[in-house]
Amino acid sequence: MTLLIAIGVLAAGTFAFRFAGPLLQSRIQISPRVQTVMATSAAVLLAAVVATQAVTEGHDFAGFARPVGVAVGGLLAWRNAPFLLVVVSAAAVTALLRLAGVP
Amino acid sequence: MRTFYRTLDRRLLRDVALVALADGVVGLSYGAISTGSGFGAWLPVVMSLLVFAGAAQFLFVGLVAAGGSPFAAAVAGLLINSRHLPFGMAVSDVLRGRGRAVGSHLMTDETVAFALAQDDARRRRAAYWACGAGIFVCWNLGVLAGAFAGTVIGDTDAFGLDAAFPAVLLALVLPSLREKQTRQAALAGSAIAVGATPILPAGLPVLLALAGALVLVGWR
Repeated sequence: MTLLIAIGVLAAGTFAFRFAGPLLQSRIQISPRVQTVMATSAAVLLAAVVATQAVTEGHDFAGFARPVGVAVGGLLAWRNAPFLLVVVSAAAVTALLRLAGVP
Repeated sequence: MRTFYRTLDRRLLRDVALVALADGVVGLSYGAISTGSGFGAWLPVVMSLLVFAGAAQFLFVGLVAAGGSPFAAAVAGLLINSRHLPFGMAVSDVLRGRGRAVGSHLMTDETVAFALAQDDARRRRAAYWACGAGIFVCWNLGVLAGAFAGTVIGDTDAFGLDAAFPAVLLALVLPSLREKQTRQAALAGSAIAVGATPILPAGLPVLLALAGALVLVGWR
């Protein structure tokens, strides 16, 4: 029962976070300048998520295989490679490095 | 519906499908890990439908399985999901009018990244909904299969899937980094987030990154 209530709290809180932005938008007029700042904020957040996901696992260093794979994917994306190639290369490089014994 | 398909070209649909399928595989592993940690199959299935946020769900199950309090685990999950608040503000033009609540529930890192990578408003909306619906269906089917089929797929790291997701987000966010101020803010934010990860609870480093980056480069 405790477990179910805790899941309910997590679900309700998560929905509140997700819904707050769209709800606010419909209530107040948001200036184009604020909209630009919000788009920049989202890009910064996504970049920070990429960095932490690529380099860390929990509170520790994730090892070399994953950041190298992500970097290869990033390089390909920067050279305008197709999305599919970017994603598959990142996964393949990391998987092969692990197969070769790189942590 | 016809305008929807015309707006969303085949290439975008294929990219979205790739990410949704990868999410389905991670869902398989989430379902299997949850039941493998001793939870009933209902738990990963219900959580995936109601919470629908992979990182928070993995953390919740991990903390509770290790003997932690479910409420502490819920708070830890909420910390991770707090970034949906600024995300929701950034994509609020996509989530207007009817279906706003349903659309909000479909918000993930990937849906936001796909939407923001599009040039015009109609494509943003189409990309957001296609990605959100695709991931929701694949993730929940994956979790359902993983929860009942058990430990078929244990370790998705062997396939390098843990590198695929940051690569997805990186590819989608790269175009917006062409602008100097955004690039500087993103680089500063990434450094702050990685530096803070060893000492702060999960979820807080990226919020700190946002605050720090905005103070450092922007709002002038």
